[in-house]
Amino acid sequence: MTQPRVRIQTADFDLSAEVAALRAEDAGVGAVASFVGTVRDRNGGTPGEVSAMELEHYPGMTEASIEAMIDEAHRRFDIRGARVVHRVGPLLPRDQIVLVVVTSAHRGQAFQACEFLMDYLKTQAPFWKKETTPEGARWVDARVADDAALARWGIASDNAGPTDQGTASK
Amino acid sequence: MKLTIRYFAALREALGASEALEITDGATVADVRAALVARGGRHAELLAGNRPVRCALNQAMVPETTPVTDGAEVAFFPPVTGG
Repeated sequence: MTQPRVRIQTADFDLSAEVAALRAEDAGVGAVASFVGTVRDRNGGTPGEVSAMELEHYPGMTEASIEAMIDEAHRRFDIRGARVVHRVGPLLPRDQIVLVVVTSAHRGQAFQACEFLMDYLKTQAPFWKKETTPEGARWVDARVADDAALARWGIASDNAGPTDQGTASK
Repeated sequence: MKLTIRYFAALREALGASEALEITDGATVADVRAALVARGGRHAELLAGNRPVRCALNQAMVPETTPVTDGAEVAFFPPVTGG
């Protein structure tokens, strides 16, 4: 039974369980690369300034866009499987936000595809973060650096720029 | 033709989650945005041309030059910040 490649959920996820599920489908896997993104208690500033976070998405479009990214990863890299889990709703510092797992025969392609999927997701998947700080809640600004990360793969993105009016937090 | 307009994140908070819009045949996403700006008030402020607004047509990111079709869902939102 093939499991969904993309899940958007409020519940937490378990890295070991996700890796086990992906590997169970395929005895040709020789390498597994994974990435877990977590909530920080700061945004380039004071430790502890971010006390909570809310993740919003665009139901339907979010899942479809990540599915398309995984298709693109399969075209670009010699990988055997991929899984993306992204949480939405209220989160706290130290909570897990996003999981990417990629399997391949050998490590190189899994490492690359994992990074590719994260770079793609950061700039092209419809999610929005809102942070709670002592000054109140604020929507997180997109970062030009994330567009630059995707550009390494030959894909142009102007998610944050050129009309980015956010103030850099670093 | 009739469109459904959807907003997300800061735009949703200011303008609501969705609304209907009637627009002439042959309109592009840019025309849709301009028609919303013409409503004035918060619409004009938040969807103005110099604002960092991204758009999707029928749940796919598109350039604003893309024509819309009857019954389409057009979404406007800030730059994405997932991951």
